[in-house]
Amino acid sequence: MKYFLLTIIIGLLSFTANSQELEAILEKESANGTELVLGSFNGTRLLNGHSIETRKKGVLEFLISHRFDRVNSGFDEFFGLDDSNIRFAFEYAFNDRLTLAVGRSSFEKTYDGYVKYRLIRQKTGKKASPISATLFGSMTIKTIDDFEDESDATFGRRLSYTSQILIARKFNQNFSFQLAPTFIHFNRVNSPDDPHNMFALGAGTRVKISKRVSLNGEYYYNLNPFESRDVKNSIAFGVDIETGGHIFQLIFTNAVSMIEKGFIAETTGDFFKGDIHFGFNISRAFQVSKAISNEQ
Amino acid sequence: MIKLYTICLCFFLATVAVNAQTRYFTKDGHISFYSHALIEDIKADNHQVLSVIDTESRELAIQLLMRSFTFKKALMREHFNENYVESHIYPKAKFTGRIAEIKLNDTNPYETEISGTLSIHGVEKEVSTKAQVRIEADKITLSGDFNVVVADYNIKIPALVRDNIAKIVKVSFELHHKPYK
Repeated sequence: MKYFLLTIIIGLLSFTANSQELEAILEKESANGTELVLGSFNGTRLLNGHSIETRKKGVLEFLISHRFDRVNSGFDEFFGLDDSNIRFAFEYAFNDRLTLAVGRSSFEKTYDGYVKYRLIRQKTGKKASPISATLFGSMTIKTIDDFEDESDATFGRRLSYTSQILIARKFNQNFSFQLAPTFIHFNRVNSPDDPHNMFALGAGTRVKISKRVSLNGEYYYNLNPFESRDVKNSIAFGVDIETGGHIFQLIFTNAVSMIEKGFIAETTGDFFKGDIHFGFNISRAFQVSKAISNEQ
Repeated sequence: MIKLYTICLCFFLATVAVNAQTRYFTKDGHISFYSHALIEDIKADNHQVLSVIDTESRELAIQLLMRSFTFKKALMREHFNENYVESHIYPKAKFTGRIAEIKLNDTNPYETEISGTLSIHGVEKEVSTKAQVRIEADKITLSGDFNVVVADYNIKIPALVRDNIAKIVKVSFELHHKPYK
């Protein structure tokens, strides 16, 4: 009888072992994959500056951004809300890695265009990569006529260029960190003392406080700022709110410009003396051609 | 008694040995779901479904990565993973169960029932559904569809998007198994 019971027990064991074996087969077969780490940041902008994120193939993003005047400009100006710099832009993702965009800012009547390319994407699994890296290059054309000498106002002298390598890591679901070494070239500067080539290092973070809300911070340290103007490093804090196809970013920053060469190099506000601009970015994404997001 | 025990043991060992040759497997099975709501219809496909059948025990195990679902709009995929199924915490959906009937020598398609445990978003539920079985030379195809009540799996749909996402989604499956080597 003892043996008989033993047999039944072994029989039962072999039965459960079987269903576990089937699962083991699936685990073994599924272990070979590499997975992309998605959603390091909510949007293509951290706050003022770009994040490593780009839109997926076939997405046209319409971006409207505002920076109001300084909140310390008093009640008569309604704490800066009477005056604003607006930038609107169309940004199109040709594929999951490449985005081209054009934008126009009311501040200094500036047009800008940029190319953004995701070079390295953070991955887990077989071919893991600990970080993401995105290349960013932009050109801006200042069309406002504020040149003291009119012969100075040539097309070439209105241009400036920005190059960045954005490097980020999503440490966990709630915390991501980004570094942004930046190089800016100005074709024309105000004074002979001012550098034509400028280097800066940006750092930024996103901390998610719920599924749809996150707190962001961003700081750009300028290594060789303009000498002729009292410029400050750009600093920004904000809240991202995600609602389906929209992302709202509410921002407090000492910069009025929303393009790289502007907020990194030409910020004059002192954040800690109350020269704070309230602003927002609103993005609306349209899927204009079919997404093939089979790339994992 | 020892003899009986030995015989039984041999029998079980034999079963295990036979099992090794009765497994059918796929890693590119297709599972899709369809949500019909007031504002929009959402369809998502997953062509990387793993599934294995044991024809001897009639047991079945299916597994897929939530992140492998593809949508018409790229943002839908992101929201699906980040906000609804939370695939960073619950990366896989799994099913383990049993097929009521496997007629290995019958090449005519027939209908049978599959029942077992479905696990989505960390929640396990007993389910059972009708399924079509088609057995051709060295190939076992299972197909069918069933409804999933989103709330059963503790997936919350905020009021803001309740007109965009259905409370019950239709899940369809088509799995072509081949002998597992």
